[in-house]
Amino acid sequence: MADVKTFVPAPDRAPPSSAVGPIAWVRDNLFGSIGSSIATLVFFYLFFSYVPPFVEWALINANWTGSDRSVCEANAAGACWTFINVRLEQILFGLYFASNPDELWRPTLIFILFFALLLPLLFEKTPGKKWLTIALLGVFPVVFYFVVYGGYFGISQSNTTQWGGFLLTFALAFVGILLALPIGILLALGRRSELPVIRSMCVIYIEFWRGTPLITILFMASVMLPLFFPAGVEFDKVVRAMIGITLFQSAYTAEAVRGGLAAIPKGQSEAAMALGLGYWRRTVFITLPQALKISIPSIVNTFIALFKDTSLVSIIGLLDLLNMAQTTARSMEWKGYDIEAFLFAGFVYWAFCYGMSRYSQNLERKLDTNRRN
Amino acid sequence: MTTDTQMAPAELGESIITIDGLNKWYGQFHVLKDIDLDVKRGERIVICGPSGSGKSTLIRCINRLETHQEGSIVVDGIELTDDTKHINDIRREVGMVFQHFNLFPHLTVLENCTLAPIWVRKTPKREAEEIAMQYLERVKIPEQANKYPGQLSGGQQQRVAIARSLCMNPRVMLFDEPTSALDPEMIAEVLDVMVGLAEDGMTMLCVTHEMGFARKVANRVIFMDGGQIVEQNEPEEFFNNPQNDRTQLFLSQILQH
Repeated sequence: MADVKTFVPAPDRAPPSSAVGPIAWVRDNLFGSIGSSIATLVFFYLFFSYVPPFVEWALINANWTGSDRSVCEANAAGACWTFINVRLEQILFGLYFASNPDELWRPTLIFILFFALLLPLLFEKTPGKKWLTIALLGVFPVVFYFVVYGGYFGISQSNTTQWGGFLLTFALAFVGILLALPIGILLALGRRSELPVIRSMCVIYIEFWRGTPLITILFMASVMLPLFFPAGVEFDKVVRAMIGITLFQSAYTAEAVRGGLAAIPKGQSEAAMALGLGYWRRTVFITLPQALKISIPSIVNTFIALFKDTSLVSIIGLLDLLNMAQTTARSMEWKGYDIEAFLFAGFVYWAFCYGMSRYSQNLERKLDTNRRN
Repeated sequence: MTTDTQMAPAELGESIITIDGLNKWYGQFHVLKDIDLDVKRGERIVICGPSGSGKSTLIRCINRLETHQEGSIVVDGIELTDDTKHINDIRREVGMVFQHFNLFPHLTVLENCTLAPIWVRKTPKREAEEIAMQYLERVKIPEQANKYPGQLSGGQQQRVAIARSLCMNPRVMLFDEPTSALDPEMIAEVLDVMVGLAEDGMTMLCVTHEMGFARKVANRVIFMDGGQIVEQNEPEEFFNNPQNDRTQLFLSQILQH
């Protein structure tokens, strides 16, 4: 063939100027249609009629200093953060540590340690992440026990019935999450097992604990658990709550993980089988990492729910962050400042839950191996 | 495909796979019927047939991805039973390449290739990586070693899948429609790798409809329908002079376009 043409790709051209830039963005995104324009205007109207007054009350006119309610009564136009400031130790660490100022270093140290271990983990470039993770998940709980509970090394023993505030919320949620994840993973694997006995045991466990309200479980842990042990065996109330929460939470985590496992194509384990990998190696190296990656959003979702659900321990007489805030707001000294108490407790819950949510989103992005670089 | 000249006949050794009176059912559905098949070391077999004829199921029985109910399969002197140890012994000697590649998406190309040698063969990591790089060079993608499968084209992924199997140094390779999920321009690069393997004397069982490949590489072409082996012959005879009218119909349908 003599006259073969050569294919030359046409060069790329820049988009027209009317399609880029801030004005084009506003036009396309805020006022793109009549409906969009109405939504934009309604949003701005609501935003400007509610947010500035709130900011004024909560921040600009607010009372921050002082040591009693006279400051707040003098300036009623602003929020009374004086109350939170004065009662901060009680709300964060509970009655035992608030009433023993010499012991305040213990919960303070624990939270400093927690953040010192956690924050470096959030940055991608941190060296030795593996050891930090082991320290956080394995060593930290032990340190927590010795420092906060005490009774060893000359540290006085704290009374768990007087544990409270954020410290209690944190302890319940941390233990719940830490134990529920591995138990949940095993339950999820068990529920997908080919062995009928294991499968039905896992199904019964999951469906029983998932179908029971957490309040009921906490009640049962508090009232019924002692019945299963010989008389005289005294079971710590906080430990009972932890057991109840773990039983409940592991069922939820199991279902989240099972959802991830179900989404892994059969070809993945077949390829691993064809290479001669046995069940546990297939699970640990191939199916589970992929399943956990997919189920990160739903696992974190259950963790966030648990973090907030810990406030249900008020039913068995424990004063967690929310109940402690409420209790302090009912004291004679600070009567009437419930709004500040609830806002503060809400903010602490939100900060932790939002942190978990952001971290899970980061993790998802980091583990996404499908992006093309 | 490339040329129509056939490869030199393989030096056939003793039997490596012996299938005797194999029957398999899915529930009530009788999917494999009285299959007898003897594969010699160094033999290259192409299995073709309409979809649902049982050809994939047959080769998946050889490494126990499917269980059979009657008959016996002996691979490299070991009979396939429910014994997990025997199954894993056989699987490490039998490589498999799948239609949809089945690479592990959360591991890099290199990690895909070294996982099984490290954990199944207990090869030291450094050595496993060296071997993997040799095979990645052989399938002509050493530069992709640190990428993830999702960043590769289909043809590249399938070549990685072949390299991953070869890293286990298998005695037999099973190919389950390795080019069926590929774009036309990528089929050639995968078939080239498979031809290269055949030239090196690998024992191969390929379920494929690439008739050019069958003509060039196979010692024997097997045609299956309805769970049975309808006809088997050397490629020359099989294509030019099919004995069974079902084979003739099938060949006329796939060769007319």
